Amino acid sequence: MFRTTIAGIVLLSVAFAVDAQPTLDEMYELIQKQQAEITNLKEGLAENTAKTESTFTAVEEYTTGPTAKLAEWASKTSMGGYGELHYNNHNSDNSTKSKNEFDLHRFVLFVGHEYNDKLRFFSEFEIEHSIAGEGKAGEVEVEQAYIEWDYTDGHRAKAGVFLIPVGILNETHEPPTFYGSERNPIEKNIIPSTWWEGGVMFSGELAEGLSYDAAAHSGLYINPSAGKYKIRDGRQKVGKAKGDDLAYTARLKYTGIPGLELATTFQHQADIWQNETSGGKDKVDAQMIEAHAAYKNGPFGLRALYAQWDIDDDIEVIKAGADEQEGWYIEPSFQVTEKLGVFARFNEYDNQASDSASKSEKEQFDIGFNYWIHESVVLKFDYFDQDNDSGTEYTGYNMAVGWSF
Amino acid sequence: MTLFFLFLIFFISVSSDAHSKIYQTTPEFLTENFDTPQSKAESLWLTPELKKLTSEILGRPVRGMRARYYSEGEKTAWILEEIGKEKPITVGVVIGGKLEDFHIEHVKVLAFRESRGWEVRYPSFTNQYKNVKMTPNYKLDQYIDGITGATLSVRALNKIARLALFYHQQVLTLNL
Repeated sequence: MFRTTIAGIVLLSVAFAVDAQPTLDEMYELIQKQQAEITNLKEGLAENTAKTESTFTAVEEYTTGPTAKLAEWASKTSMGGYGELHYNNHNSDNSTKSKNEFDLHRFVLFVGHEYNDKLRFFSEFEIEHSIAGEGKAGEVEVEQAYIEWDYTDGHRAKAGVFLIPVGILNETHEPPTFYGSERNPIEKNIIPSTWWEGGVMFSGELAEGLSYDAAAHSGLYINPSAGKYKIRDGRQKVGKAKGDDLAYTARLKYTGIPGLELATTFQHQADIWQNETSGGKDKVDAQMIEAHAAYKNGPFGLRALYAQWDIDDDIEVIKAGADEQEGWYIEPSFQVTEKLGVFARFNEYDNQASDSASKSEKEQFDIGFNYWIHESVVLKFDYFDQDNDSGTEYTGYNMAVGWSF
Repeated sequence: MTLFFLFLIFFISVSSDAHSKIYQTTPEFLTENFDTPQSKAESLWLTPELKKLTSEILGRPVRGMRARYYSEGEKTAWILEEIGKEKPITVGVVIGGKLEDFHIEHVKVLAFRESRGWEVRYPSFTNQYKNVKMTPNYKLDQYIDGITGATLSVRALNKIARLALFYHQQVLTLNL
């Protein structure tokens, strides 16, 4: 019975299979349809090949053509800048110092370009006091324009116009990085910030956290014929600067402990009169020594700096006591919140320090706050009171908005 | 003037093969931090919500569709880049721990390309990040002491540390 059932199923399947085979006409129709499909696919393939080719061409143009070259150049070229608008309200017995004015003190653009991993260009272009020209308040200045070369691991050399490695503010002075609308008087009158010279400089790391800078560069020219004696008057700003006698600067800096910077700079000026004579005197050499500490621990900050010039006594034919010029400041600060910080600063400086009769020593107390709207945008307010040996009163307040990018 | 020319001669004569400022490669970093380092990275896909939060942490718009990472057990390693002043700083960050206690285990600057602020690569600086956690508003729960003159490099590392913690949290959340 079981065998009969199996045989029946097999016979039925064969009969059904024979019935399912297409006829010749049906086969022909099927082949025609397949042929049409193949033709369509070939056309599609040709179209896709053309599209792929176009895509390759476009990609090739993008990656190797002018667009790519422009993108590569752009990726190696950088821009940045900073600026600060001040409002100064100063009152003094000496009317020339009194002022009530708005001043776009600095507007600065940086442009840099990297030729390769080891060689780069950097520049800083500045407009001071908004408008420059004959009889105008401001100046157009190129404060940095140098080539930097990493000649070996951890060591590099610069040639061109660069900032002198001295003090806290001379190299890092973007407004959001320091307290006070105006820079402190020591790093203006004793260290003549912003101070740049033309020459060569070597920098590098000696050990973890210990770095050096050594430079040979154009020197100061404190014009004796014009009766000048203050260090700040000697900046030539690398504009047809007299190069009869050079200057040499060396700095050691330690930053091995987070939050702490200790640094000292020594500079030798071969002749700050640049071969000129006055009152039968010539060859006025000068040595500067500067030391500072900057410490930040949590919300607490402290900056302290001392700078001193020891100049050839011959400069006293111009001004008594000018052979020593020195100053120092101490600046504690406290960051109340992420956005708000307060500070106080005591400053003392003298451009005729070796002559006590000159009554030239100045003491200044500053107090104020910074409010950072953004980490790179700051609002500032500060009050100052300057006490002069000469008895002249000088007080006032400053407000500022500063930015960097 | 003589001394000036001596400087110039030294400047020209000290030429030697300069090394690039790559302090450690990604495979070396992984070998140092994982028992059996993976060769292939995993991906955290950046949804619009993740992109928005990433942008808030970095303070700039974010491109790309995913963040690559390596993992082993409860640890994830992230190789992230952020610009200090002008050039990107490449940093490796290892985060460890579960959702309730994840924290930074190791931070290492793998490549530094700027000419200033290089002090951030020293262990005396990066060791400050050890065991630092993330607050509910995606900030570091401890103060990191900065470096005078290297403010922008320090900021970049802080952002990278926050981002690695945030990404680790997202990976843990997705794998719940």
